[in-house]
Amino acid sequence: MADDDLAKLVARRWRVGGLLTAIMVIAYFGFILLVAFDKETAGTLIAGDRVSIGIVLGAALIVLAPVLIAIYVRWANRSYDPAVQALRDKRPSGKDAP
Amino acid sequence: MSESSLGEPNVAAIVSFIGFVLITLAVTYWAARRTRTSAEFFAAGGNVSAAQNGLALAGDYMSAASFLGIAGEVALKGFDGLIYSIGFLVGWPLVTFLIAEPLRNLGTYTFVDVVAFRLRQRPVRIAAAISTLAVVSFYLIAQMVGAGNLVHLMFGLSYELAIVIVGAVMLAYVLFGGMIATTWVQIIKAGLLLLGATLLAILVLAKFGFNPLAMFAEARDQLGADVMAPGARVAKPLEAISLGLALMLGTAGLPHILMRFYTVRDAKTARRSVAYATSLIGWFYLVTFVLGFGAMVLVGRKAIIAVDKGGNMAAPLLAEVLGGTGFLGFISAVAFATILAVVAGLTLSGAAAIAHDLWGHVLRDGKVEERQQLKVARYATIGLAVVAIGLGLLFKGQNVAFMVGLAFAIAASANFPALLMSMTWSRFTTLGAMSSMLTGTAVSVVLILLSPTVWVDLFKFKHAIIELKNPGIFSVPAAFLVGIVVSLVKPEPASVQGFKAAQHRMHLGPT
Repeated sequence: MADDDLAKLVARRWRVGGLLTAIMVIAYFGFILLVAFDKETAGTLIAGDRVSIGIVLGAALIVLAPVLIAIYVRWANRSYDPAVQALRDKRPSGKDAP
Repeated sequence: MSESSLGEPNVAAIVSFIGFVLITLAVTYWAARRTRTSAEFFAAGGNVSAAQNGLALAGDYMSAASFLGIAGEVALKGFDGLIYSIGFLVGWPLVTFLIAEPLRNLGTYTFVDVVAFRLRQRPVRIAAAISTLAVVSFYLIAQMVGAGNLVHLMFGLSYELAIVIVGAVMLAYVLFGGMIATTWVQIIKAGLLLLGATLLAILVLAKFGFNPLAMFAEARDQLGADVMAPGARVAKPLEAISLGLALMLGTAGLPHILMRFYTVRDAKTARRSVAYATSLIGWFYLVTFVLGFGAMVLVGRKAIIAVDKGGNMAAPLLAEVLGGTGFLGFISAVAFATILAVVAGLTLSGAAAIAHDLWGHVLRDGKVEERQQLKVARYATIGLAVVAIGLGLLFKGQNVAFMVGLAFAIAASANFPALLMSMTWSRFTTLGAMSSMLTGTAVSVVLILLSPTVWVDLFKFKHAIIELKNPGIFSVPAAFLVGIVVSLVKPEPASVQGFKAAQHRMHLGPT
């Protein structure tokens, strides 16, 4: 049975998921650390002194979340699903199946 | 501004709210005839589409705390309030990348199915039911007390009557219509909330030539540039980090959210539904930026505090200023509907923990008779509705704002670590899962009891034993650490052997 193939597929899924998770976590905690330790920078006004850096970064984080998810869904639809289907087709039916 | 008519009987509010209740009860009647099995009661038979589930997830997630609470917090505290808007959203990518698909493939009704998959059922189910019911109860208290106060303020009804109305209508949805009715209630509510909040934001931006920058500049002119900088809420760095952690990981551990992934056909649909949900919720939280700052400059802090010290009436007051009494009524009804729907979702997930995890797996060892399980689920629903009403009456007049934070902290520390480790780590054991979940629950509850929010604000002691308001920074690592150490100290060969089968099913789906 294609255990190695499954292991490879699983590793690839956690790699892609892990990378995207890392991007989100780093972006978010970067923001939180900025807010926690450098309030002055977070409060600095930009765009003709009309809005603070903190507000712009916060809005950017809210936009980033669905964008990362869209990237993931695209990857999964194009690359992950066909690989899963290929393994499913190879999977023996009946008593050997988990 | 002139005197607000908030709290006086409002025709538009009453008509909108009765309209919402009638439509949702009609949906419940329709759903009741399609709810004959446990799979239909708990998971809508797996027949919900990705777009429908996306809306329903958004409906379950966007509580009155999001709508009224954040708008008020931003209006009164400026930038600090936005930290909640952002924190409530950033957990969703994690749900997508790590949780949604394996959860759908491995479980049937509750997230506990996943944790317990290759472990000994009983101990894990008991521990998980405790943390689930803890999250549901604290969340319910916050919603019920909020509902009583809101309805009292908005409609002039008595607090007690409001609690009983919410409890009774919610009971009708869940008891008769199960997950099918609850899903449609969430969809209708999410649509109304997104529509109402967006309309309100458009009216705000119209005052500023549709340029948000002009609105922020107005806030700067009225209140100084500091309203756009981090302030007192996050004065201590550790507090900010701890809050951020609980908000992000808590989303991925909320039982009523995780349960929604079982209502769709397969993992692919679960993935698509969470993409819809995140876009909708993200849109909503961007709108809260406009509502909060809009209320700050157009209603004014004085007028907001005059009605409610916590600022919860900022959004309704903004609606009145911009759209008159009629729009105020509509927004008030939307807020009421929001609470009603969230309470229904919570109750259903509590009923699943009792009927599926405790009764089905602990008492009946997984050998359950279909009709009996459904009966138990319905009794559990009635019991939970009575408890919810009781808690709402018991906590009248208490400041319960911290309870949503507590629910998130428990979800982040009791549910998320165990869920993640059970899906990714072959050597995770029954004892490891149990101790991790119980540690997460206990540490969060104890730390919050000793924190300023409860020890000083509620118990009126002079100094808190622990200065930290948010336990996440300690409770989440503690849950991971205990789970890992206990699993390593006492290995469980059966769990390691079962990991391969779990991996098959987690990624390739059930046969």
